[in-house]
Amino acid sequence: MLSPAILFTAVLNGLMTGAIYALVALGLTLIYGVLHIINFAHGALLTVALFAALIAYQTFGIDPYLAAFLLAPLFFGLGYLLQRLVIGPAARGEDRNILLVTLGLAVLIENALLYVFRADTRTINLPYAFEVFEIGPAVVALPRLAALGAVAVTTLILWAIMRYTSTGRAIRAVAKEKLGAQLAGIDVAHIYAVTFGLGTACLAVAACLLLPTYYVNPGAGNAFVLVAFTIVVLGGMGSLVGALLGGLLIGVVESLCGFFLGESLGQIGIFTIFILVLLLRPHGLFGEAT
Amino acid sequence: MVEPVPDPILAVENLRSGYGITEVLRGVDLTIHRGEIIAVLGSNGAGKSTLNRTLSGINRAWSGSIRFAGTAIERDSPARIVARGLIHVPEGRRVFPNLSVRENLDLGAYRRGGGRSRDTLARVFSIFPRLSERQNQRAGTLSGGEQQMLAIGRGLMADPQLLILDEPSLGLSPLLVEELFALIQTINAEGIAILLVEQNVVQSLDVAQRAYVLDNGQFVLQGDVATLRDNPDLKRTYLGM
Repeated sequence: MLSPAILFTAVLNGLMTGAIYALVALGLTLIYGVLHIINFAHGALLTVALFAALIAYQTFGIDPYLAAFLLAPLFFGLGYLLQRLVIGPAARGEDRNILLVTLGLAVLIENALLYVFRADTRTINLPYAFEVFEIGPAVVALPRLAALGAVAVTTLILWAIMRYTSTGRAIRAVAKEKLGAQLAGIDVAHIYAVTFGLGTACLAVAACLLLPTYYVNPGAGNAFVLVAFTIVVLGGMGSLVGALLGGLLIGVVESLCGFFLGESLGQIGIFTIFILVLLLRPHGLFGEAT
Repeated sequence: MVEPVPDPILAVENLRSGYGITEVLRGVDLTIHRGEIIAVLGSNGAGKSTLNRTLSGINRAWSGSIRFAGTAIERDSPARIVARGLIHVPEGRRVFPNLSVRENLDLGAYRRGGGRSRDTLARVFSIFPRLSERQNQRAGTLSGGEQQMLAIGRGLMADPQLLILDEPSLGLSPLLVEELFALIQTINAEGIAILLVEQNVVQSLDVAQRAYVLDNGQFVLQGDVATLRDNPDLKRTYLGM
C-alpha cells in the first residue's frame, strides 16, 4: 500500500537526482542561449570530467567533493580553449558547422577515452557513500544530499556571475543582441568562449557529484545528456531558471515513475512529458514564444 | 608663417568594402575634423550602412585606409575601435532588451575603467533625464524614442571622440525628431564629432557643417552645407524642389 513516507522519500530522491540533471542541463542551455548552438559534445565532456574525477581520486587521492573545486576551474579553461581554438575557428560563423564540429568532437573524445581506458566500467568506494540521514520520515543517502547542496551553491554562483559581474552582463547582452554588443566594444569571441567555459565547468561539478554513486566508462555521460536535452526543451531553450526547475521536475517524475512502474521504467515519464511539452507548449515552460 | 596642418579625427582614403563578392563601397574618401558634424546623405542601397559598418570594424575593409585620430584602424577589431573612441550607434537602436537601462549604459563603458564612467553616467543622465527615471526598467519595454535615447546614451558612455549616428530619427514622431536634433547639437557642443546618416535631409543640413552625398558606393557630391543647399541635383533628389 502507498505510504506517505515512501512517497516522500521517492520525491526527495527525485529532487536530488534532478539537481544533477539540472546542472548538466544548465551548462547546455547556457551555451544554447548565448551561442545559439546545441553542443553535441556536452555528453562526451561530462564523460571526460567523470574520468578526471576518477583519476583525481584513484591516483592523487583527492576526494571527489574537494576535486570539484579543482576541476571546475580546470574545465572552465578547457571549455574556453575548445571554443576559442577549435569550435569557433572551425565554424566560421555558420551554425550548422558548429553543430557538426561539436558532433565530431564528441566522437573523437569518446573514442580517445575508449582507446586509453578501454570499455571497462569503473566505480569508486568512498567510506561515507552509504551513510544516511533522516529527513522527517525519509531516509536519504549522504552523497545525494551533498549533490543537492552543491548544485544549489553552483547555481547561486552562476546567477551571481550573470547578474553582478561585467562579464555576466556582457554574456546576457551577447545572447540577445550580438551586433549591439560588438558595437559596445564587447569581444564576442571571448564572451562565447567564457560561456562555453562556464557550461563545461558545470559538467565538472556534476561529474564530481556523480562519481561517489555512479559508474564511469567511456559512454557514461551520454545517459545524462539525453535527459538534459529533454530538460532544456522542457524549461525553454536558453532559460536558466527553466533548466533548474525542469531538471528538478524531471528528477521527481523519473523517481515517481520508477516507484509506481518499476525501476527500469522510470524514464518513461520523462519522455512522456517531453512529448506532451512538444505538443502543447513547444517553447517550453519558461521559454519565450517566437 | 606655416599654417598648422588641420588634424582630422577621421581620414578615409579610397575605401572599398562589401559582402561576399559584391562590392558596395567603391573607393570612398572622407574627412571629418574634430568637433565637426558631417551629414552623409544617399538613397537606400547607396552604401551608407556599409560605410558605417566598415568604419566600426564590423565589416572588413577590402582595401584603402581608415585613420582615426592619426592611427590606422582598418585592421582593428570592433572592440579595439570602440576602445579608441570611435562609436557607432547603429540603425534600429540595437539596445539589449533583456537588460535594464542602467545595465545597458554600464555596458557602454565596457572598455573603460569603472572610475571615470561614473562622471560620464551623470552627464548622460543630464542629457537624457528620462533614462535616469527609467534606470531599472528593462530596455525592451521602452518606447521607440526612449530606446533611441538609450542607444545614444550607451554610445556616449564609451567616451567617444567620434559618434556615428545611423538613422537615429527612424520611426520617431515629428516632435521627438526635433528633440533629437537639438540633442545632437548638445552632444556636439561638448566637442564630440558626429557623422550623421539621416533620411531627414532638411534637418540634417540644418545641424551639419558639411555634407557628403553617397550614390552607388561613391561620393558624388560633397561640400559645405551652404553651398550644397543650392546644388540643383541635391535640391531635386533630396529636397523635392
